[in-house]
Amino acid sequence: MSTRKPGNPSEKMQTDPNGGKAPSGLNREIQSKIGQQLRAMYDDVVQEGVPDRFADLLRRIDNPSDEGKAE
Amino acid sequence: MKIDPALRDQILSTVPSLRAFAISLSGNVDRADDLVQETLLRALANIHSFQPGTNLSAWLFTILRNLFRSEYRKRKREVEDTDGSFAESLKSYPDQLGRVEFQEFRTALAQLPAEQREALILVGASGFSYEEAADICECAVGTIKSRVNRARSRLAKLLSIDNVDDFGPDHATRAVLVGQDR
Repeated sequence: MSTRKPGNPSEKMQTDPNGGKAPSGLNREIQSKIGQQLRAMYDDVVQEGVPDRFADLLRRIDNPSDEGKAE
Repeated sequence: MKIDPALRDQILSTVPSLRAFAISLSGNVDRADDLVQETLLRALANIHSFQPGTNLSAWLFTILRNLFRSEYRKRKREVEDTDGSFAESLKSYPDQLGRVEFQEFRTALAQLPAEQREALILVGASGFSYEEAADICECAVGTIKSRVNRARSRLAKLLSIDNVDDFGPDHATRAVLVGQDR
């Protein structure tokens, strides 16, 4: 007599076939670290705001007579 | 030429993100700023073709991406530009911004095929949906998804992240570093 129950559903659930990995084979934590680093790098530039040359450019196009008066 | 003030403000508010995208694509701040400038000129010259109420930033990103790709193709014809020379051009980048903390990540990013790089940035950093990124890159949504997935896997390998604690400065440190520059 055996206590082993084949096909015990709770036993099955404990055995995650992906071993906690995302379908692409990447650990979710690593994926989120990559995402964080990517956004940090990107936001680093975004935080510099609008350089003067672009604000000036739009102003000049808007008011061609304004040239030289800028600033 | 008169620009609708609301539209002008909207265009200007997209500039920081356009720059970040352009720098990620080209790996060079000066070239990126020229790209942004050309994008703005092209957008204003074609402003009649923009439909009010649609996604302005996606429209601007599309223009920038097309400019970058046509420039890239032209350069490729003129000088045999390889991925190696692109990675080489990145070496000057950290000095230009005075920060080295993203160097390793940028170098890894530069080694991705251009299509994977742009897909990852649009979805992972610019905040576009897969659908919007597919419109910008003129390809199918499924193609964008697979490019993003391949980009992530490749980055993980390139950065050989065995331990997440190895991975760059933490948020608090970064906030301090960024704060000092402002």
